[in-house]
Amino acid sequence: MTPLISRVWKFGSDVDTDQIVPGRYAPYMRPDEDVGQFAFIEARPEFAKNARPGDIIVAGENFGCGSSREYAPEALKRRQIAAIIAPSFARIFFRNSINLGIPLFISSEIATSIRDGEYVGLDLVNNLLLSESRQYILPPLPFFMTEILKAGGVVKYIRQYGRFPTA
Amino acid sequence: MGQTFAEQILSHSAGYNVKAGELIVVEPDLIMAHDSLTPSIIRIMREELGIEHVHNPERAVIVIDHVAPASTLSIANSQNLIRQFASEEGIRLFDAGRGICHQVLIEERLAQPGYVIIGSDSHSTSYGAVAAFGTGMGSTDVALCLATGRIWLRVPESIKINVIGRFQPGVTAKDLALKIGRELTISGANYCSVEYHGLQWLDLPSRQTISSMAVEIGAKAGIFPPSPTIKEFFHIPDWLKNDPEAEFVRELTIDLNALSPQIALPHAVDKVVDIDKVAGTKVDVVFLGTCTNGRYEDMKAAANILKGYRISSTVRMLLTPASSRELQKASLDGTLSTLIDAGVTLITPGCGPCMGRHNGTLADGDVCLSTGNRNFRGRMGSPNSSIYLASPEVAAASAITGVITAPKEI
Repeated sequence: MTPLISRVWKFGSDVDTDQIVPGRYAPYMRPDEDVGQFAFIEARPEFAKNARPGDIIVAGENFGCGSSREYAPEALKRRQIAAIIAPSFARIFFRNSINLGIPLFISSEIATSIRDGEYVGLDLVNNLLLSESRQYILPPLPFFMTEILKAGGVVKYIRQYGRFPTA
Repeated sequence: MGQTFAEQILSHSAGYNVKAGELIVVEPDLIMAHDSLTPSIIRIMREELGIEHVHNPERAVIVIDHVAPASTLSIANSQNLIRQFASEEGIRLFDAGRGICHQVLIEERLAQPGYVIIGSDSHSTSYGAVAAFGTGMGSTDVALCLATGRIWLRVPESIKINVIGRFQPGVTAKDLALKIGRELTISGANYCSVEYHGLQWLDLPSRQTISSMAVEIGAKAGIFPPSPTIKEFFHIPDWLKNDPEAEFVRELTIDLNALSPQIALPHAVDKVVDIDKVAGTKVDVVFLGTCTNGRYEDMKAAANILKGYRISSTVRMLLTPASSRELQKASLDGTLSTLIDAGVTLITPGCGPCMGRHNGTLADGDVCLSTGNRNFRGRMGSPNSSIYLASPEVAAASAITGVITAPKEI
């Protein structure tokens, strides 16, 4: 697979779900609008405007803390964000993202080394991230979660196998 | 080998002994969905999973609380779809005005000690107040729970909080919840279950305040050991008891004798200071409510301070009782009348303005002192507003003066 050319959108620590999609922009509030357009609408409007399919998010600790709103990762999925890399994720966001089939990677090294606006290559087959200067390994998640990701999310997994993966 | 409360409850649910770190599949005892996510839950279940009916409607509850009553036509229509779904599937529904899901499930004794409870709301950690394993999940997980009756979980490690001493005058459960955030930080309990020890004497409403905020330190659950204060209202299963051999990844001691009123500064729940650091800061809106502090005891505490006073002419004070029953209690003994005399605006029981959607959305530049649980930027409205979090006592005192004020100053 040819590595993608992905723009890096860098975020700090403790990015909460109200920053990703404010509650006022929930699908419940605006059922006829694409929630993808509201990703970081107030916290980082240039992301809402300019993020392209294949771009990636690299963030600090505890990305996605706060509410259970699945429309936060869903908005990023709709923008076709190819991967989210952080030293740690808040647990509900983590589950929601895996369930939706969004590749997450836990890496402090990448989070500290990669700069905002940098272009990198993302190789999800070999779990590699390539920057201009070097290559990083994207540490795989536990088997249970990679199985769900491979199927494209938990709904697709369950439809295919009729059960949860075995740990 | 000892077991934490999370391990005990999840072992009971799994049918075999489980340990922290294991991935397990369990059948939740109770599945709660609220109006904000139920439309997407129905869609995922029926359209994406292709499963038409709920596996076990007796274990499901739906509560309309996030926008209550409906504020727009599209929400009104969505709520009718929710009502229709609940009726078709035979699911118990608590309609707009009954109250906040977490309060209602405890009031109705649907949440029980030892239960595994999955809620579509992050503050589902609240059920730890009655020694249940309550945890929040998103639409897909809740749809899976409803459709299959099963869910996967990672058995969490546990953090033990040992509380010693007693609250000093003007200091409450909210101050302890904020202090825990201050000590552990917003991510300090990520993926973990938190246990609160040394509080056998603490009443149920105070436990709800503390457990509701477990998620604000990243926790998956926030469990109080069963106590005599709970036994009065709930059946405690024999197998659920404090195990002195339980292993914890971290222990923390907090001395209530040394605790003063705490306040979380904008825009982070763990940016907590003693109140004197920010006393005198002007506030425009005071919000008394939420699953954290919208109960009768919170209204009573505020009324005790507000009695005989009018709130400042520069302040709007909003009251959103956590449930209709709590509102009724406050109306029966004059608490509500005291609050209204002081100039408080009463809103329908429910989540109120906590998510900035209705019933008091903050404007650009507004400074709000809230008894709620989250103060992220833009949470209650404008991204240019700011939110301080504090106890009902601090809220009442600050409403009188128009600036952040410790209760002892009134």
